[in-house]
Amino acid sequence: MAKNHSSVAKFFGHISPVKKRRLWGLALAGPPLAWLLAFLTLPCLALVAIALATRGQFGEIVWGFDLVNIKRLFGFSLFGWSSDFIFILLRSLFLAFVTTAICIILSYPLTFYVATRPPKTRVFWLILIVIPFWTNVVVRTYAWLLVLSPQLPPAKFVAWLGLIEPGAALYPGSFAVYLGMVTTFLPFLALPLDASVERLNWDLLEAAADLYASKIAVFRQTILPQTWPGLSVGIIVTFVPAMAMFVVTDILGGAKTMMVGNLIQQQFGQARDWPFGAALSLALMVLTLLSLAIFKGLKIEKFY
Amino acid sequence: MKTQKRPWLALISVGVIFLLYLPSVAVAVFSVNDTKFGLSWKGFTLRWYTQLANNEYILQAALNSLILAAVSTALATILGTALALGLDRAPWPKSAHKVIDLIINLPVVVPDIIMAVALTLAFSALRFFSSLFDLGLGSLIIGHVTFQISFVTLVVRSRLATLNKETDEAARDLYASSFYLFYRVTLPLITPGVLAGAMMAFTLSLDDFIISFFAHGPESVTLPIFIYSSLKRGLSPEIYALSTVMLLATVILVIAAERITRKIA
Repeated sequence: MAKNHSSVAKFFGHISPVKKRRLWGLALAGPPLAWLLAFLTLPCLALVAIALATRGQFGEIVWGFDLVNIKRLFGFSLFGWSSDFIFILLRSLFLAFVTTAICIILSYPLTFYVATRPPKTRVFWLILIVIPFWTNVVVRTYAWLLVLSPQLPPAKFVAWLGLIEPGAALYPGSFAVYLGMVTTFLPFLALPLDASVERLNWDLLEAAADLYASKIAVFRQTILPQTWPGLSVGIIVTFVPAMAMFVVTDILGGAKTMMVGNLIQQQFGQARDWPFGAALSLALMVLTLLSLAIFKGLKIEKFY
Repeated sequence: MKTQKRPWLALISVGVIFLLYLPSVAVAVFSVNDTKFGLSWKGFTLRWYTQLANNEYILQAALNSLILAAVSTALATILGTALALGLDRAPWPKSAHKVIDLIINLPVVVPDIIMAVALTLAFSALRFFSSLFDLGLGSLIIGHVTFQISFVTLVVRSRLATLNKETDEAARDLYASSFYLFYRVTLPLITPGVLAGAMMAFTLSLDDFIISFFAHGPESVTLPIFIYSSLKRGLSPEIYALSTVMLLATVILVIAAERITRKIA
């Protein structure tokens, strides 16, 4: 690059020939793009072909065009109709939805508090939110099992309130699952939201309050539109991994709460039924992308 | 309004942060509790830490996790930054941009278990050509790099978008060669973005479970895999000791990184 120093075409980006700049762009972007194509994009497309194949006697893939796995997804099998798989998909969707909602509700006060700190301590608060992230999710989730066990104050307190039997643990159950889910995903939502809250134009909030807007109106008409960019990023990066989460439900939810994540993992693990696993993966992908599309289609202008 | 005192904001915030730290604190407390089973307090001890220092399996798993995080982060940072630069600095046609954006955004909008499945498929097909793709540390690194690249690219790209053309043009006017321009102008300007992307990639690698679960081999057990597989027997206090050590180490690392980036910026 440096030896071409003398050529006139080097002075401005605009003067050097388009073809040459494209070549450089390709040299830089080509390898990472090839990597993503090989390990992610193409295999994702291959899922469609595999979902249409069937499982052989020894767990091998028998290529062909068969809708049997798609039908199984909707509950049609040799033994008649059952709602099991649809129910598992809906349960995963519901879990992700509620988790995201609780994270939003908790993230607003949190980010407002952080954003109103003096600039020096603000970084400290942000780091404080990130640090728990660095302990692996499996360890953190298992730690909840300890915290919620019957010998410790939280369970004793709830038992004293009469909400659970004395001597019982606070797990397994949906309380433990949501506690685990929300503490796992809260930073995903809080950090992007914080970036927006810090840029908030506080004069607008004040003006709205001066003009006797109710608290709800202030939120809907000044805070929500201003924090929407951060909030929408936060919702996406929370909702997507929450859909597929199965570690938290496995550890804190007991054996009964099968999630789509478990199911997919089983098909590629013990069951060795790759075609059905591919069909389930496609269903999860479609459900996730559909949710995001509906979310993107929401016109927030309608709210205010 | 901003200066108004709002005690309930502080109350909720402190409550939320308390909940975020409660598991880690519990782990730290049990790591110095003098009992192998049960959760009642039996006195202070450091014996789990000394036992940890002698437990080959756990230490090997921890080492694997760190090697994996370090190598994959380095690779993903280089590849992700190159991708961001290549996209930003070359006149790509609009249609190409659309397709490339789709490829880059896929890891963000697709749940990680689907990425894990995709990797499993890719490895099983590529294994016909090379033993490089047998499940092991190599496949783990490839898997982690695959989901890290996009995050690095997105962060570096947002940094590149804030740079103005004038700086480049000024350097060119002063007869900077392309290499000199990159090395002395562009690179220093995007360094905060590159570091932020690398840090994000490192965090994602340490926190990942699902992709490692699919891509690991019998010889390449990482810490989360080790812990998950020993869950059924219950965790030993050595794991609590290790988690506490790792947490303290990361806290020190974060503070150091913050100091360094503040000096650079």
